[in-house]
Amino acid sequence: MSNAIHQSIARVGAVLASLAAAGIAHADWALNMTEGVTEVSRSVYGLHMLVFWICVAIAVVVFGAMIWSIIYHRKSKGVTPATFHDSLEVEIAWTVIPFLILVGMAIPSAQVLIGMEDFRNSDVSIKVTGYQWKWHYEYLDQGVAFFSTLDREHNAARQLRSGIDVHQIPNYLLNVDNPLVVPTGKKVRILLTANDVLHAWWVPALGGKKDAIPGFVQEMWFKIDADKPGTYRGQCAELCGRDHGFMPIVVKALPAAEYDAWLAEQKGPATTAAAAEPTVLSKDELMAAGEKAYAATCAACHGASGEGNAGMNVKPLKGSAMAKGPLAAHLDMVLNGSKVNPMMSPWKQLSDAELAAIITYERNAWGNATGDVVQAADVAAARGK
Amino acid sequence: MSYAAAHAHHDDHAHDDHGPAKGMWRWFTTTNHKDIGTLYLVFSLIMFFIGGSFAMVIRAELFQPGLQFVDPMFFNSMTTMHALVMVFGAVMPAFVGLANWMIPMMVGAPDMALPRMNNWSFWILPFAFTLLLATLFMPGGAPAGGWTLYPPLVLQTGSAFPFAVFAIHLMGLSSIMGAINVIATILNMRAPGMTLLKMPLFVWTWLITAYLLIAVMPVLAGAVTMLLTDKYFHTTFFTAAGGGDPVLFQHIFWFFGHPEVYIMILPAFGVVSEIIPTFSRKRLFGYDSMVYAVASIAFLSFIVWAHHMFTVGMPFAGEVFFMFATMLIAVPTGVKVFNWIATMWQGAMSFETPMLWALAFVFLFTIGGFSGLMLAIAPADFQYHDTYFVVAHFHYVLVTGSIFAIMASAYYWMPKWTGFMYNETLGKWHFWLSTIFVNVLFFPQHFLGLAGMPRRIPDYNVQFADWNMISSVGGFGFGVSQLLFVYILVNTARGGVGKAPASPWEGGTSLEWQLPSPPPYHSWTEPPHIK
Repeated sequence: MSNAIHQSIARVGAVLASLAAAGIAHADWALNMTEGVTEVSRSVYGLHMLVFWICVAIAVVVFGAMIWSIIYHRKSKGVTPATFHDSLEVEIAWTVIPFLILVGMAIPSAQVLIGMEDFRNSDVSIKVTGYQWKWHYEYLDQGVAFFSTLDREHNAARQLRSGIDVHQIPNYLLNVDNPLVVPTGKKVRILLTANDVLHAWWVPALGGKKDAIPGFVQEMWFKIDADKPGTYRGQCAELCGRDHGFMPIVVKALPAAEYDAWLAEQKGPATTAAAAEPTVLSKDELMAAGEKAYAATCAACHGASGEGNAGMNVKPLKGSAMAKGPLAAHLDMVLNGSKVNPMMSPWKQLSDAELAAIITYERNAWGNATGDVVQAADVAAARGK
Repeated sequence: MSYAAAHAHHDDHAHDDHGPAKGMWRWFTTTNHKDIGTLYLVFSLIMFFIGGSFAMVIRAELFQPGLQFVDPMFFNSMTTMHALVMVFGAVMPAFVGLANWMIPMMVGAPDMALPRMNNWSFWILPFAFTLLLATLFMPGGAPAGGWTLYPPLVLQTGSAFPFAVFAIHLMGLSSIMGAINVIATILNMRAPGMTLLKMPLFVWTWLITAYLLIAVMPVLAGAVTMLLTDKYFHTTFFTAAGGGDPVLFQHIFWFFGHPEVYIMILPAFGVVSEIIPTFSRKRLFGYDSMVYAVASIAFLSFIVWAHHMFTVGMPFAGEVFFMFATMLIAVPTGVKVFNWIATMWQGAMSFETPMLWALAFVFLFTIGGFSGLMLAIAPADFQYHDTYFVVAHFHYVLVTGSIFAIMASAYYWMPKWTGFMYNETLGKWHFWLSTIFVNVLFFPQHFLGLAGMPRRIPDYNVQFADWNMISSVGGFGFGVSQLLFVYILVNTARGGVGKAPASPWEGGTSLEWQLPSPPPYHSWTEPPHIK
């Protein structure tokens, strides 16, 4: 008898397990939080499931009593209503018992929180800055820094009525040009801030999020399991304006040795480029570089072909007095931002070469044919003013 | 003229059942609690549909991944305006309307204590919402920084900004005046013998709600005024570059915002505490503990605000305090749910439309309470925060909580208001369609949030496509089902399925059921006798 029960329980368990596996295979119908790839994310998951099952247990009792009552204590069954309306004992019981259950939840919650708040002994420190609408990563004391922007192909597909089937794009909206690369098995400390408005840096598999706040630096940390290298994706989680939905976070976790190699490689060309004299480029080279940089940095507000955005009160660059008028004003706007519209923030953080390319592009694309060629040296000179 | 003659004349006047002014003018000049209650309720219904149409735009865009219909900026305006209109235009005025209609009748008073102010507090609202809705047509579009108005983002709003701020000031003024009126009425105009602990629970919950309103609406007004001066007068309250702090705004906002969510749910508790005993034909279980529970919830609402902002990087002590304080709310809320079920226990229940809404309230609000408890756990909140899990949570408490309770009260008191019975079959259709669709709409949003979908995004990864499509189907169904309510309402006002008796529900014991249906223009011209 009991053997039969055991067998049927095992069978039900097998069915449930295969359903769960199917659920993972078809992530589309995902129901639950990820366990993630860090110790913290697993303890958060454990906490989440603990509270969830406690809620389920309470729900069974409470809704059970209610449904029982609805079925058996109805007028159509000819019952006479009872007259009781008070019971001190019962009321004390259902005040005290929930309180004790809460204490049972509060203790493990506080323990997990204590673990999360321990920022000591980190191996790698990365400063993360949120911009409208991209992330900037700076490996502290390594001289490696870069922007991370929504992948261009994804950016084209997400335009209003783009006609591109987004189902055909792998990891739609969750891919970037330059992912954040981190080592596995090391404690990575994130120093988080923002340049313009609030953002929030969130990769679910790493176990939580924190707000990026202009003027303040926040700390968070994660330590990806040594045996779980891979790519982990997330998104900005705090509403930050028009393209809030389009500033993904991609974390590429490499084994420590590969990470060191990657970092050395990044330092190599970057240092030589910084040391070298600013090069003079041809107009074609500047236009090609400018088109790329414009699409990554400016197109979000100013439109892919400089058409502006009426909904955001952004006037067109195409044929505009700014792009066709005096170069000095154009440089000033890009370096120092708009005095009138706070959405046009200063873009000093871009390199001289990038800004030179962008400005050259803006002054010559879409029929703005001013013929102006702006070199990195011109931007460097304007920066000094 | 002798004293006696004057006195006689006065008596004549008192018994003269003079009615309202004729024509449209009645509605502009009225000082009558029922007329003003009707104005509030009709206004709230209109706003419910306007806010609902914004929600339809949101759900249409989210029906599929990719951007099909609207620019992301307009999408953000829709989420922002949907919330502002539903919170300040639909839910709050609906409860003020119910308070206006029912409190004088339930405490045995002829009218509200401050009738002229009552007129004013209503008539501010159409102006406030004209200002707010006009921003949709302004350069730069309607506010798009979320209803929480967080700086610095909100300071990027275009021409709409000062209009939105001024609209919020007006809504606050209206709410404060409404609250003063409720308190003055309840404390001064109860019939002799009605001690505080004999008041119906609806009256109690409104008394406490009114104090919450007076305490926190000025805080919101202050916060938005600081935003205004930050934008136009170069103060830097919330700008770090000038020595300010963007997080300060969040603290101020949620010091208003958390009591605000109880402002929208406590009167719902009151309504449900009236309806369940009526249709269980049994006295409310634990009346005193119900009152104490509401008072404790109101007190706790002032010391839990930062659970809305666990991710701003508070010190450990702050996070632990706000986590524990928030978890404590589960105790008095649990007491209320247990008391409702104990009221049903061994009652003689019947399931007319108001009771169905009230029972669904208990079920579904409790689900919202469970997800609220989960959100209170700070380390887990770092995962839930700003995802669709939160969206699911607050729609369970606000739609299947507050709005279901408003629907319950509409059906419960419609016979009293109009003097006619509504069509019970249609009422049940409205209930079942709404209840099924609302769960199709909001339950999958729990899954979306847990799977990692942030809120306030117009487009998403294809892994979220299936549940979003189901949620949108639920949304359209829920939206369309509400048109049935308008039909039922109009049909009832025009005679429904026949005249309603003074007390159409077998178990109704509060004072409003002793007045005829519809009640006389001045509710209780002589105070009723309280047993």
